[in-house]
Formats: sequence, structure tokens, C-alpha cells
Amino acid sequence: MSKLIISGSPHVHGDESVSKIMYTVVLALVPAMLVSVYFFGFDAIRVLTISVAACVFFEWAIQKYLIKGPLTIGDGSAVVAGVLLAFNVPANLPWWILVIGALVTIGVGKMSFGGLGRNPFNPALVGRVFMLISFPVQMTSWPIPKPLFAERLTDAITGPTALGILKEGIGAGKTIDQIMADPHMPAYIDRLVGNMNGSLGEMSAIALILGGIFMIIRKVIDWQLPVAIIATVYVFAGIFHLIDPQHYIDPAFHLFTGGLMLGAIYMATDMVSSPMSMKGKIIYGVGIGLLTIIIRLWGAYPEGISFAILIMNAFTPLINMTLKPRRFGKATS
Amino acid sequence: MKLKTFALGGVHPEEHKLSANAPITLLPLPAQLIVPLGQNLGAPPKPLVKKGDEVKTGQLIARGEAFISANLHSPATGKVLKVDDAPDASGYRRPAVFIDVSGEDEWAEGINNTDELITRLDFSREEIINKVKEAGIVGLGGATFPTHVKLMLPPGKKADYLLINGVECEPYLTSDHRMMLEKAQEIMQGIRLMMIALDVKKAIIGVENNKPDAIAHLAAMALSHPGISVQALYVKYPQGGEKQLIKALVNREVPSGKLPIEVGCVVSNVGTAFAVYEAVTKNKPLIERVVTITGLELARPSNFMVRIGTPIAKLIEAAGGLPEGTGKIINGGPMMGKAMTNPEVPIIKGSSGILIMPGKLSSRKHPQPCIRCSKCTTVCPMGLEPFLLAKLSKLERYEDTEKEQIMDCIECGSCQYTCPSSLPLLDYLRLGKFRTGQMIRNRK
Repeated sequence: MSKLIISGSPHVHGDESVSKIMYTVVLALVPAMLVSVYFFGFDAIRVLTISVAACVFFEWAIQKYLIKGPLTIGDGSAVVAGVLLAFNVPANLPWWILVIGALVTIGVGKMSFGGLGRNPFNPALVGRVFMLISFPVQMTSWPIPKPLFAERLTDAITGPTALGILKEGIGAGKTIDQIMADPHMPAYIDRLVGNMNGSLGEMSAIALILGGIFMIIRKVIDWQLPVAIIATVYVFAGIFHLIDPQHYIDPAFHLFTGGLMLGAIYMATDMVSSPMSMKGKIIYGVGIGLLTIIIRLWGAYPEGISFAILIMNAFTPLINMTLKPRRFGKATS
Repeated sequence: MKLKTFALGGVHPEEHKLSANAPITLLPLPAQLIVPLGQNLGAPPKPLVKKGDEVKTGQLIARGEAFISANLHSPATGKVLKVDDAPDASGYRRPAVFIDVSGEDEWAEGINNTDELITRLDFSREEIINKVKEAGIVGLGGATFPTHVKLMLPPGKKADYLLINGVECEPYLTSDHRMMLEKAQEIMQGIRLMMIALDVKKAIIGVENNKPDAIAHLAAMALSHPGISVQALYVKYPQGGEKQLIKALVNREVPSGKLPIEVGCVVSNVGTAFAVYEAVTKNKPLIERVVTITGLELARPSNFMVRIGTPIAKLIEAAGGLPEGTGKIINGGPMMGKAMTNPEVPIIKGSSGILIMPGKLSSRKHPQPCIRCSKCTTVCPMGLEPFLLAKLSKLERYEDTEKEQIMDCIECGSCQYTCPSSLPLLDYLRLGKFRTGQMIRNRK
């Protein structure tokens, strides 16, 4: 008789794996990728390819030559970081800035903490914020989208984002009505489908939500977290809008601009850097929502969700230690 | 019927109930039986026989003297070869009575060994408990807690419900399912006897919805038994866990570290109800039980009525032999069963099934780093944080594991089953639970 295997129970496994989760995320990002390719054409493909290739390369190189440990690029986490990084930059970003961003994402954001599962901050956001601070000009010159097969309507190649127009207008003392009359301000429907200036992946709210629903169905993310962020942003921005509608724009504007959907659905929900209990996730989500609006209304940057997520990432260990799941037999039900 | 289930956590492994349609058949007596003394939870009984003694089928061969202990009877007629150590399912060597079977059964005095259905249940509480104790009945769901102790409620406690566990949430296993289909009349009588002993007015049989035939059969039968009802449950593992079943059936939560009677419930398995019926009405001790033998590559997945002490190898033989390339022989189901070192280990009172796993399904996947996905926390039916307990156990921080309630872990394996990183969570939890328990006991 052949030798018997002895191991503790359970003797079956649910067939879930890290790479399955990672490639589910990539799959969920495909609709938004297609939208970005539609609006930015070859530039979008260029940015996506460079970002993913650089992230995977740096992870491989660091594991092989610096850590000299096992190679794990097959788990797909570097691909996810690469796509998310690409989604956070303008389509016309010079390739060398993107490569530096990828090095910071993987090298500083992930591998310096010990690799997959150990990073306290979302690596792609670490890379993005590094680029934003180091290369502010290139990171904020937004190409005007030119849909495939469409004529370019203006001669301009770059222009401000919707939130940029808003911030500048408020700073110049204009009212909301005056700002909305700005010819560069995208119409509502354009903000919804993504026909506006912005990063690759902050474009189409519809495509991002579609991918989000797919991830919720595949149980890769919990719906409560993005909903907590979105609801907080809406309510908190809504309160100020009600107080002074000519100084604070209506809350729906905030939902479909500045990468809020990208951040809420794909960045904040990063398993590694977000809290583990449901209560924790909701508090974390509310915190991100509040910080985002605080930065947008009174901060120096027009967008705020990247910083908001990174700040709340820092609170994740504390949230995990404080908020425990409800134990069985501790009757509250 | 409105389906119920428990609230917290749970998983849904593939069911693979291969032997669900195989009627219970009698397994022939082997030439030798190995009857371990310690088959029950609590103290093992003291042997009453020695080498060379002649024993009859059903004769008492070891007496449970401690409060939590159970009597043991000879499962066959023959001669005691020796009382010696034999490996059990865990691989440890423990004392057992070896019996050379002479062939024909010669039943000990007073045992009614017919199939006639006895419905005259004029027994007193004390009579029932005494007969259950004499017959050496233990919980047949696998916990093997002596049933007579369960039937004696602690002073001052009152039971509202007797809950009968017909869930069989472990994949592959079908012994309870077949019992419910083939022995429903007897099970009903057994439940009534336990209701008398516990002085309860209501009994609920919980059965998962993947056994609609058993639910329909029992529900039809329950019509003529006032107080007994059948509740269909959503299919969700580990619903057969005592605390989960109570939550599912009567929506009460047993407090941490407490017994079901704390919330007015007593839980017993359908097989146990059958054994109680035979013990009380027929004076028949617990010397046989239904065992499922199953596996994806096994020729004939079956349900056998097996004498206690029969080597597992005999069941494998009867089911078509060990398939080529078998990787594991598991005593129990795939979620909580034990992988065995050799098939010569005997069937005991707590064996509900034997699972033969093909080699290609027997190895674990290579573990990857924890990605803090929190799936283990989501599926934990006790509301624990398995990733944290595993980490604390690894670091030997047992003060912290105690604080994080590691002792509440029911070792159901849902966390490890669901872990995308294939981490051996339950291995660490089991170790941590053991060490933490040691630490708590030493403190006293």
C-alpha cells in the first residue's frame, strides 16, 4: 500500500487563492481600462503597459537580487498595483516619471515592509502621492480627452480638471453659478461617463461602479466600505451645500470627480491596508469620506481622496485592535 | 416550511453525499475485534474481563465508575485474547480488549434482539436514565459524551427544548441521513423517551435542506407524536455544531464557556435517539452503529451497520477495496475528521464515517503570506479572529490568546477552508487552544 498522508483537519480547501483575488480585481478594472483607451487612445495603452511592466519588473528584481527570496510575481499583486498606479496619473505623463513612480510603489510602498500582506499603506497611492509632490507640473497637466473616431474640438491639448476649475474659482472669489458657467467645466453627463479631463482611471464612474459590483459579487470586497465612503462624502459635502449653495458645490459633483469612485471602490478596499472587522471598515470609510471633503473644501489640493486613504491607512492597526467582531454568546442580538 | 439557519459565519463546502442512496447493510463479523476502553468523553471504564474469559454478545466487559464515564459491552461472542494497548484513530496506543470472535452470536441475558417496534413507553425518568447508563450510550454525533449524564440535569436547571441533531453538515457523511430514512419510527420513540427523562414538552429535529426525503419522512411521522416537530435548515457548515444548531433552531446563544442547558436546551444526535430507544425498550447495549464508508474513487460508497471494534480495513474491503493512489484515510468527515496512520484502527462508538481521499486531493497547497482579507473572521461561526489567534499562538502569547477567547474555538476548520493564502490556521489554533487550556488549568 502507498504511504498515507497525515495532516490536521480540514482536509478540503475552498479553492480560493491570492492570485484568484488579484486577477478578479484586474478583471473588474477592465471596463474602466476600455473607457480610458476610448478617451485617450494610444496614450492610455502606453501608460498602462509601462506601469504594469515596471511594477512587475521591480518586484521581480527586488525579490531576486535584494531579498534573494522566493519569487512571487505570479500572485498578481504587482499587476494590480501597476494598473491602479496607471489609473492615478494623467495619460500624457512622461514614461520616466511613471517608472520612478512604479519603483516607489513597489520598492518603498510594498517590498520595504516585507512584501505582500505587510504594507501598512496602499502601495499605488504611495507611488502616486510621491509623484504628485515630486513632479507637480507633469502630474497636474491633464490631457483633454479625444474620443476615438472623434474630431478634437479645441486646439488645446491640456486643461484643468473639474475639481481644479472649482478650486481655482472659489479661490478667486467666484460663486458656484459663475464657476459652472466656465466653458471648461464638464457637463453632468460627461462626468458620469468620463468624458472629462483627469487621470486615466478617474474618468468613468459607471465603468468603475460596474467593476465594483463584480468584485462585490465575487466577494473580493464588502459593499459596506465603498458605500460608507460615498455616503459620508455626500452627506458631509451636502451639509455645507445647504448652508451656502453659492460657496459650496452640490454633493453629487464631488461623487463623480477627482477619482472618488476609483478611491472608494478600488483603493480604500485594498485588503492589506484596510481594517478587518465590519465595524472597523465602516469607521475607516467614514474617516476617508470626512478627510476627503475637508481636503477638497479647505486644503491645498483640489482632490483629497488619496491623502484621505493614506491617513486612514495609518489608523488601520489601531482600528483592528479596538474594534473586534461580535463574539458568539456575547448576547446583543 | 420556512428554512432557518445560524447567523454568524459558516461556509458551504461541496457536499459529495455519494452514499446517500445506499441502504444500511449489515457488515459481517470479523474474526477479531479490538474494543478500546476509552471510547467516551471523560474517564475510560475499568475492564471486568481478562485473558481467556468467554464473553457473550452484549455482555458488560468494562464498567464506567467515574461520574463522566460509560459502560462498555462485548460486541460479539467469543474469547478475550488479551487486554493490551492498540493504536487508536489519533495514532496513540491506548488500552483495548481484543476479542477472538467465535462466529455465531450468543446474546447476553435479557436482551431483545428483534426488530419489532415497541411503542409502549411506560418508563419512569429514573428507569430511562439507568437503562441508558447500563447500555453505555454516548453521543453518536462524534463528541461521545455519556448520554445518561446529559439526561440528568444539574440541580436547579430546567430544559425547555430537546433538540435533535439530524443536520449531518459534514460533506460525504450519510449515516444519520440513512438512519432518519430507515429508523424513523425508532428515533421517534427514542426522542419520546428522552423527553420523559428530561421532562420537556417540546422536541425539534433539525435537518438540513439537502435531505428533503428525510425531512418529509420525519415530518409525516411527527404528526402522530405531539410535541415533536421537524425544522428544515439551510445547508451551511458547521450547523451540526451544538451551539450553531441551538442558535438556528430556537435563536438562543449559549454563553462562552457554558453548556446548552444554560439556555434551556439539550442537544442529542438522531443516532443517539435510536440507541436510547434500543437500550430502554430492548435492554440492548451500544455494540453497533451505522458507519458511512465513502470516497470519490471508492468502488461502492456504503452505509454499514458495524459492530464496535471492527477494523476499518474490513469496511474498506466491503466497499470494494482501497483504490490505487489513496492519499488519506480519514476517520470522520473532511472538515473535522482525523487522518489515520493505518487502516487496522477499529470503529468506535463515535465513528460516523470513513472517508477515503485520493492522493491528488490529499496534499495541502503551499501557504502564501496573509493578505488580511478577513475571510477567516467572516466565516468563523464563533465570531473569533482566526488570523490573530494563529499569529498569537505562533508567538506563544497564551495570555493574549485567552483574552481573544481561543477556548471558544470549536475547531470546525471553516477559517482554514476559506483562507485564500492556504495558511494552516487551524493547526495553530489547535496548538494554541491546547497550550492556553494547559495554562488555565495550571493556574487553578
